[in-house]
Amino acid sequence: MRAAIDYLLHLADNALVLGQRNAEWCGHGPILEEDIALSNVSLDLIGQARLLYQLVARLKGGNTSEDKLAYFRDAHQFRNYTLLELPHHGPLSGYAHSSMDYGTTIVRNFLYSALMALLWEALEKSADAELAAIAAKSLKEVRYHLRHSRDWLVRLGDGTDESHARAQAAVDHLFPYTAEFWADSPAEEAAIKAGVGVDLQTLKADWNAIVDAAFAEATLQRPTVAGYVPEGKLGRHSEHLGFLLAEMQSLARAHPNGNW
Amino acid sequence: MSTALKEWPLWEIFVRSKQGLEHKHCGSLHAADAAQALDMARDVYTRRQEGVSIWVVESKAITASNPDEKGELFDPAADKIYRHPTFYDIPDEVGHM
Repeated sequence: MRAAIDYLLHLADNALVLGQRNAEWCGHGPILEEDIALSNVSLDLIGQARLLYQLVARLKGGNTSEDKLAYFRDAHQFRNYTLLELPHHGPLSGYAHSSMDYGTTIVRNFLYSALMALLWEALEKSADAELAAIAAKSLKEVRYHLRHSRDWLVRLGDGTDESHARAQAAVDHLFPYTAEFWADSPAEEAAIKAGVGVDLQTLKADWNAIVDAAFAEATLQRPTVAGYVPEGKLGRHSEHLGFLLAEMQSLARAHPNGNW
Repeated sequence: MSTALKEWPLWEIFVRSKQGLEHKHCGSLHAADAAQALDMARDVYTRRQEGVSIWVVESKAITASNPDEKGELFDPAADKIYRHPTFYDIPDEVGHM
C-alpha cells in the first residue's frame, strides 16, 4: 500500500503544483479568453489533485486529509516533477526580475500534457480501481489541455520572429527538465510492480512522436538533452518550489483549523 | 513568418444546449482564426455546462437588417394575423398537432 501512496502523491503533487503555477495567470492573461482558459486548466488540475489526495488520505487513515497533504507538507516532501514548479520565465541571474512569459507557460503545459494524455490513458487499466476512475476523468481534461497548449505552441513557434524566438527560448530552457520523466523513482518502480502504476518507458516513443510532430509544425528545434537529471519526484527541488508553496499554503497555515 | 495581426477579427458564438435543437447566439469574442475562436468559445461560453455543440461565425460574414428600416420591413406584418395557421378546425380524430 505504501508503494501506491508514494505514487499517488507524485501524481497529485504534479497536478497541484502546475495548477498553482497556471493560476498565477488568473487576472493577468494576455487576453481575456486565455485568462479564462488557463484558469479552466488550473481548476481541472486542482480537481485531479483533490481526488488523488482524498484517495491517499483514505489509504493512510488517521487524521490525514486532502488539506493536510496539500497545505502542511514542506518542499522536500513534495514529489512533483521539477519542471512543473519553475516560474513562467527563463533563467535569471542575480536579482533580475522578469514578467511572466506566456511562451514558457505554453511550452511547459504542452510537454506535461503530452505525457499525461498518454499516462492517464494507460492508468485507466490500473489495478487500483479508484485510480483507474480518476484516470478516466482526468484523461478527458488533459486531452483538452494538450489541444490548447499544442495549438498555441504552433501559433507562437510558427508566428512572428518575436514569438518564434521566445517559444524556442522556452523550449531550450524547459526541455532538459523532461529527462526526469524517464528516470524511474523507487515509488514508480514499486507501483509498477504492484500493477498500480505504469512504466513510462512504454510511453516514451508515443511522447516523442507527439512532441516531434508538434515541434515540426511549430518550426521549433528540439534540443538535445544530456547531463543533469532533475530529481523533484525524489523530493529534491529547485529553489522555486518553496516560494510557490509559501504563497499557496500561507492562508491554511495562518488558520490551521479553518474550514472553507 | 507572418506579421502579427494588430487586431484580431470578431467572431459570433452560437451554442446548442443539451436539450436544444438549435444553436443560439450567446456572445462574441476576438480570435485570430476560426479554430482558435472555437477553442476560446469552449473556454468562455461552455464552462458551466451550457452546451454540447458550438458554431463560430466571423461577425463580418453576417449581413444584418438596418434598424432604421424596421418600419417598412416588419410593421406591415402586424395586421396579417391570417398568416398564422390558427383559423383551421382540426377534426377530433387527428388529435394533438
